Amino acid sequence: MKNRSRIQILYFLMAIILFAVGIFQSWNVALTIFNLCLISSIMTLGINVQWGNAGIVNFGVMGFAALGGLANIIISMPPTSNAWETGGNSIVIGLMILVLSIIFSVFMFKRVNFNKRIKYLISFLIIFVGYFIMRLMVDSPIEQIEAIEPAKTGYLGGFNLPVIISWPVGGLLAAFAAFIIGKISLGLRSDYLAIATLGISEIIIYILKNEDWLSRGVKNVNGLPRPVPYEIELQSREWLLETANILKIPLPEVSSIIVKLSYSVLFLLVLLVILYLLQIAVKSPWGRMMRAIRDNEVSANAMGKDIKKRHLQVFIIGSAIVGIAGAMLTTLDGQFTPVSYQPLRYTFLIWIMVIVGGSGNNFGSIIGAFLIWFFWIQSEPLGLWLLSFITSHISDTNLIKSHLLENAAHIRLMFMGIILLVTLRFAPKGLIPEVKR
Amino acid sequence: MYLLFGENITCGYGSIDILFNCDVGVNEGEISSIVGPNGAGKSTAMKALFGLLPVKQGKIILDGEDITNIPPQQRVLKGMGFVPQTNNIFPSLTVEENLEMGAFVEQHDCTKMLEYIYELFPVLKDKQYQLAGELSGGQRQQVAVGRALMTKPKVLMLDEPSAGISPIIMEGLFNKITEIANQGTAVLMVEQNAKQALKISNLGFVLNQGKNLFTDTGNSLLENKKVRQAFLGG
Amino acid sequence: MDFLNGITLISNYILIPGLTYGSQLALGALGITIVYSVLRFSNFAHGEFMSFGAMSSILLCWLFLSLEINLNPLPTAIIVLPFAIIITIFYCILVDKIIFKFYRLQNSKSVINLIVSIGVMFFTGGLIRFIIGPGDKNFFDGERFILKAKTFKNYTGLREGLALKTTQGITIVLSIILVILLFWFLNKTKTGKSMRAYSDNKELALLSGINPEKVVLITWIITGTLACVAGTLYGLDKSYKPFTYLHLVLPIFSAAIVGGVGNPVGAIIGGFVIAFSELIVTFAYKKIFFYFLPNYLVPDGLLQILSTDYKIAISFIILVLVLLIRPTGIYKGKII
Repeated sequence: MKNRSRIQILYFLMAIILFAVGIFQSWNVALTIFNLCLISSIMTLGINVQWGNAGIVNFGVMGFAALGGLANIIISMPPTSNAWETGGNSIVIGLMILVLSIIFSVFMFKRVNFNKRIKYLISFLIIFVGYFIMRLMVDSPIEQIEAIEPAKTGYLGGFNLPVIISWPVGGLLAAFAAFIIGKISLGLRSDYLAIATLGISEIIIYILKNEDWLSRGVKNVNGLPRPVPYEIELQSREWLLETANILKIPLPEVSSIIVKLSYSVLFLLVLLVILYLLQIAVKSPWGRMMRAIRDNEVSANAMGKDIKKRHLQVFIIGSAIVGIAGAMLTTLDGQFTPVSYQPLRYTFLIWIMVIVGGSGNNFGSIIGAFLIWFFWIQSEPLGLWLLSFITSHISDTNLIKSHLLENAAHIRLMFMGIILLVTLRFAPKGLIPEVKR
Repeated sequence: MYLLFGENITCGYGSIDILFNCDVGVNEGEISSIVGPNGAGKSTAMKALFGLLPVKQGKIILDGEDITNIPPQQRVLKGMGFVPQTNNIFPSLTVEENLEMGAFVEQHDCTKMLEYIYELFPVLKDKQYQLAGELSGGQRQQVAVGRALMTKPKVLMLDEPSAGISPIIMEGLFNKITEIANQGTAVLMVEQNAKQALKISNLGFVLNQGKNLFTDTGNSLLENKKVRQAFLGG
Repeated sequence: MDFLNGITLISNYILIPGLTYGSQLALGALGITIVYSVLRFSNFAHGEFMSFGAMSSILLCWLFLSLEINLNPLPTAIIVLPFAIIITIFYCILVDKIIFKFYRLQNSKSVINLIVSIGVMFFTGGLIRFIIGPGDKNFFDGERFILKAKTFKNYTGLREGLALKTTQGITIVLSIILVILLFWFLNKTKTGKSMRAYSDNKELALLSGINPEKVVLITWIITGTLACVAGTLYGLDKSYKPFTYLHLVLPIFSAAIVGGVGNPVGAIIGGFVIAFSELIVTFAYKKIFFYFLPNYLVPDGLLQILSTDYKIAISFIILVLVLLIRPTGIYKGKII
């Protein structure tokens, strides 16, 4: 029961902190932080399922989040006129040929009895040939598609559906990717798995950055539709004018607060649903089995548990959750920018959240996400303030002082490192430790 | 007076005791064997003597000096050599490098000792530049014993030297052990193959459930009816 | 003539850049492999250690230049390198004493150490940006080329030029020297052998009287040296930006794993495998065919296997392939 009071105290504290930001800075800032905290906590829940419950090290957060982002484009953007007609089909067929050649080569490898080297050679050749056929099929259609008004479109576009559908679709995309990645790499031990997933997530980002026909690459996709009303639209409403008058807050601010609040409600709903499902899962026999496997793989194996299958399951579930959160994040941003996906911000920061919050405890993961995101945002002003304080007795013309103040923003990386290291040293179980069942 | 003597030793892992008031020892230039059924505490006794396990009660005396509380590395300096049962070589180092590592704490030149070991185990001379991990089981065991001999120990301790090698090779190894003892190094070993071990031993310690059951010369233990029936299979 | 032109083309665009980048990767991978084989964890902070080394070199370069000490026509970075190495070693040891040692004494799992190294990565990255700023720093001075393309063309009368930048020459020469020194140390000295013994069988090394703290200390000295040299050479060759070093960690890990983690020879081979594959796969073969085939057979298009944009992604693809086919790497390393 000690945990329960911890949860209450920490959540209460976090609420106070956010309220304080609202009162002293602005409600807009507070809500921006709150929304990103909500998304981050969904991501941490995804990682916590894998790490906390099954001991799987997934450093591919960035890739899964980006796939969620991609879902936004595919679902919600209008299709580019003529793009599909000029070459959409040949791209699809080309990709299918590549996929088929890979499947065929794997099949060959498993079924045909030959010297191993010859088998590798044959498999490699099949994929190589498949790849070249694909290139022959897709190269010119891709060029044509990318030539359609490159400044505005130059990509296939999407299905013009409500953007909110992209959230579950993002989860599905991530789950599908996780299935393949898991098949490849889950047999590896922790260090290799970490490096492999990190590498694969980089590959995903590279594809999104460079395949303009799919995601416009570095040209970004702007103006994604919203699931909530636009500020301008709101400002013309009668009731809003009245509220603004009563609260004595400028109209634009009220409208943007309302937009953010509606996002918050949506995100909170998703978070609660996922949390509820995960709590059930953790308490179920399935959750017990996952932890049994984590704590002693050998004996779990001896008891006839299919470890590989269970790991794949949990890897897919966790990655799908990250994908959902990634889709939500892109929806919130209103644009898809492949360049913005950095392992530091996506993968490693999320991991710090999980570790600090408490591996194996869902409530811990959430508070970890909130606290770390808050510090990530606020450590810039905090660092500046700290340095100005330290250097306050030095004259303003001093070179060292100006240098320090100039680079104060980077103190936040140091800050994050210190937080992680201090947690690992003095509270390795995190703020809210796992409940021993 | 024993050269190495574990007197009245009680010890174990954590709070669980394995050995109870046990005495084991070896005289200068002789061979002592510790034998007994599985779980008798033979290897535990070995570890306790070498300082790999803390001793709860009793004393360990080497050449008249109390060494109960000094760490294993120091015991090497004081003249003890230890060959663990498993993982007793450096597989990715060459045979010669393995032997050199045995003499790591020696300040002076170790070529003389190398020569002695190559003389004792001529096979190793042939394979001196080969990786130890590529050798056969018996040869690995020779490397392991050679490594422990490099410091010219007064006492050589062997934990199940015959584990995992064939009977013929085992016989050769036991001959070498006798040779080592004859040249002045006392040998204390734990053995599963009690019969063969007792044959070459001056002294034998039969342990059962962590206690001394019989202590006598090797030959008399072999002739002792009770010992034969209980532990040597008739 | 066409044949020679073709060879020159390959040398200029694949051989020399491959050797340079391969050396840089190999030095980095050696650092990772040595930390892994002795301390048993994957050190994600290694990229930042390299960055730290490069930063030390840059700061010292500025200092030396302000004192008007230089080595013209060679870059000043060469004189400052020994001092930068000492600073980097000092930082590595400090990090070990304050952070890694605690987990070593506790016998923590390697995953925990890995996560700890991520903390170190964050901290070091922040420290570096705090000290030197996130911007681009070019600290190369002296003569740019050992061999200019134009000189080569005039001299040989070939159509294709062959250029060798000073940084490329320095990188290759320094890497060779460092690798020879390292292998001499590991295989011929008593301390080096004891380090290998410790990485091979920790318990037996302790029984043999090898002092673990000394082994760890030497490990960090070697790692610091390798990191500083690799980082400085990379920065010298491609201009220094703190941000790039985080992205260098993965190709370096790929190199170490491809070669076989824990195996120094493997790390070097792995570095070159990665570097050359990146170049070979993204090279536009049109010109080669132009020289080697009769005119009517030369195809259209650039004939790239993958577009140059995917250059760095190739190391990850190779990594995944190796993990799939042979997780122990080319030279059987220790399976993590």
